Amino acid sequence: VFKAVPVLRRRKIIFEKQWFYLDNAIGHIYGTTFEVTNGGNLQPKQEVEETTTETKEAGTDNRNIVDDGKSQKLTHDDIKALKDKGIKGQEIVQQLIENSTTFRDKTEFAQDKYIKKKKKKYEAVITIVKPSTRILSTMYYAREPGKINHLRYDTLAQMLTLGNIRAGNKMIVMETCSGLVLGAVMERMGGYGSIIQMYPGGGPVRAATSCFGFPKPFFDNLHEFPLSKVHSLLSGTFSTESLPSDPEDNALVEEESNGLTEEKQTSLQETEEEPATEAAMEMTQTEEQETMDINAEDAEFKQNREKENVREKQIKQFERRKKLMETAALLREKNADGLIVASKFHPTPLLLSLLEFVAPSRPFVVYCQYKEPLLECYTKLRERGGVINLKLSETWLRNYQILPDRSHPKLTMSGGGGYLLSGITVVLDKGKSDSSNSEALKMEEPSPKRCKVRDLHC
Amino acid sequence: MSFVEYGDTIKDGDTAIVFLGHESMFPVKVQHGTVTQTKYGVIRHSTDLIGKKYGSKVTCSKGGWVFILHPTPELWTMNLPHRTQILYSTDISIITMMLELRPGSIVCESGTGSGSLSHALIRTVAPTGHLYTVEFHQQRAEKAQEEFREHGVEHLVTVTNQDVCKNGFGVSNIADAVFLDIPSPWEAIGHAKSALKAEGGRICSFSPCIEQVQRTCLAMEEYGFTEINTLEILLRVYNVRTISLQIPDLGKAAEDNSSAGFDSSNPSNQGSLCSNLQQGTVQFKSGVPLREMVGHTGYLTFATKS
Repeated sequence: VFKAVPVLRRRKIIFEKQWFYLDNAIGHIYGTTFEVTNGGNLQPKQEVEETTTETKEAGTDNRNIVDDGKSQKLTHDDIKALKDKGIKGQEIVQQLIENSTTFRDKTEFAQDKYIKKKKKKYEAVITIVKPSTRILSTMYYAREPGKINHLRYDTLAQMLTLGNIRAGNKMIVMETCSGLVLGAVMERMGGYGSIIQMYPGGGPVRAATSCFGFPKPFFDNLHEFPLSKVHSLLSGTFSTESLPSDPEDNALVEEESNGLTEEKQTSLQETEEEPATEAAMEMTQTEEQETMDINAEDAEFKQNREKENVREKQIKQFERRKKLMETAALLREKNADGLIVASKFHPTPLLLSLLEFVAPSRPFVVYCQYKEPLLECYTKLRERGGVINLKLSETWLRNYQILPDRSHPKLTMSGGGGYLLSGITVVLDKGKSDSSNSEALKMEEPSPKRCKVRDLHC
Repeated sequence: MSFVEYGDTIKDGDTAIVFLGHESMFPVKVQHGTVTQTKYGVIRHSTDLIGKKYGSKVTCSKGGWVFILHPTPELWTMNLPHRTQILYSTDISIITMMLELRPGSIVCESGTGSGSLSHALIRTVAPTGHLYTVEFHQQRAEKAQEEFREHGVEHLVTVTNQDVCKNGFGVSNIADAVFLDIPSPWEAIGHAKSALKAEGGRICSFSPCIEQVQRTCLAMEEYGFTEINTLEILLRVYNVRTISLQIPDLGKAAEDNSSAGFDSSNPSNQGSLCSNLQQGTVQFKSGVPLREMVGHTGYLTFATKS
């Protein structure tokens, strides 16, 4: 079980019915395992050489084991008393084993299973690991699949590969997955190249992105562009003047434009409230906000402050507009190296518009929780042309238990992790008699192929 | 072009992918004065390819046409000359993510085989990372080296011709991740551990048989690897088709009400999915699974050194 938290001194973390402070964890390397002690302190757990429970006595089968509910000699109260005394979990487990009358009759495998189960319950250990796409996507899928449109981690992995995500690309990303997809793309690009995030509403959501703990330079080439302006950009009527005319939208944008660091701060707090993960990361904080709050008490300053605020707002608005213009210019070049879509919206209109910004011979990938919208998208893209190698796919993921003489697939597997539609852009011929005469206009595929394709699609 | 950087136009010496249509493509090495035969006629490199944009339509001599695509590791995987069994993009994707690869990562791989995974690894760790790949088959090692040179990624990879089970990866304490695709991975776990950085890293082993996985897991445990996890990933591809199903004649047809009756229970304004056309049939779009699919490639076992 994973939970992402920012590491802060003297801050209580609640995780899986345990609470503790992370202070002691500072200075240890990632991957260190800790035990939770009484005061909520952590202490690194040493590699315990499991001194195998003395006499290895075990039964061969369960023909004589009767479930009478009395095999455990310790009562509930006894166990509680042990816990209250602050006895180590390990010892409690030992006591439970000693007081189980049937333990010795169990098969070796059943004993193993019994110990494992009890350990899980009484020996609380946490491991602090470094955030990565692997950890975060697994965590989100397990804890809050709704927030990432049920995008399973293996599906995300496919997207990154099919999209040929790598350093130096100029990517367009449209996602409503809390910024998880964005973060995954950023990780693979390692701060090289640029990303344009298209966002619906007032601003991009990057709660999951902040969990990655990316260094600041990674954000230098991260741009955002409102989805609602895509149409005007494509039709050539786009101007930033239209932006302030929309006050509500603007206010939201304002808030967001306070800088990534601040946004990071708030969103980190959000993630902290979501229950459960072991992933933790250092947090970079800025004093920006504090300095802004200092002079609030003084009445005299109030007016000044208001003025300043207005000025600040104007500056921000100006900066905001400048950034928007830059992003618009980037999009207008129409030479993006790929498009990644994973949102709660219908994919067809998104794709038909956003593909305009992508250069030919570049991959695109669309995720959808459901197959049907992608079927339509497939058909519409065929009609539009300019794309080849369209593929609708899904991956299945199966986990295995591998133990001596007990290997088998895990009992439960995930039912669905969503669907992907992927393809490659090509030059869209709009009847411009480029090299051929009537050919380009005549049909989408050459005649022998065309028949085949028809067969396939009828 | 390069496998690690997009280029706009096709240049002499590039490797390009000729796309003929539905799942049919092949790689070509672009060279002045060379011609390539396709079933749609001849492509003359000097005039038809060089200087053109990637993604353009190229008309062949017989009037048919093809698309010329920029190479990517994924297209390469689908088109490379097989010298061994290869890993496909589905497995490669999950390997890359679970090994936490990114620009700057140092990766060790064995065996190199046909270089399918190698290209994907290089793509991901570029421009600051490096791949150390070990192949005990001399001819394959040389061939891979040659391909890396042709593909402009030579500087990101070191090919070593030795037996990884005996001699290891030739490096120690520098790798962020190790990947093993060899018949007896358990014999290389010790070497893998020493190749990984002192502060830790990830390992993955690919094996088709469960007995191999079993032994590998035991070896990993013995060497102190944690978070040992075995999984399998399968790709399902769907063909998009319009299906029409006949409505059975239940004898109500006399009043021509049958289709109307059906309509009401199944609103035709469902749009894309269900378009009732002719009388007596219902049409809909469906994603139909392929008749045959890959049922098993291999088990992937991941673990962490910490």
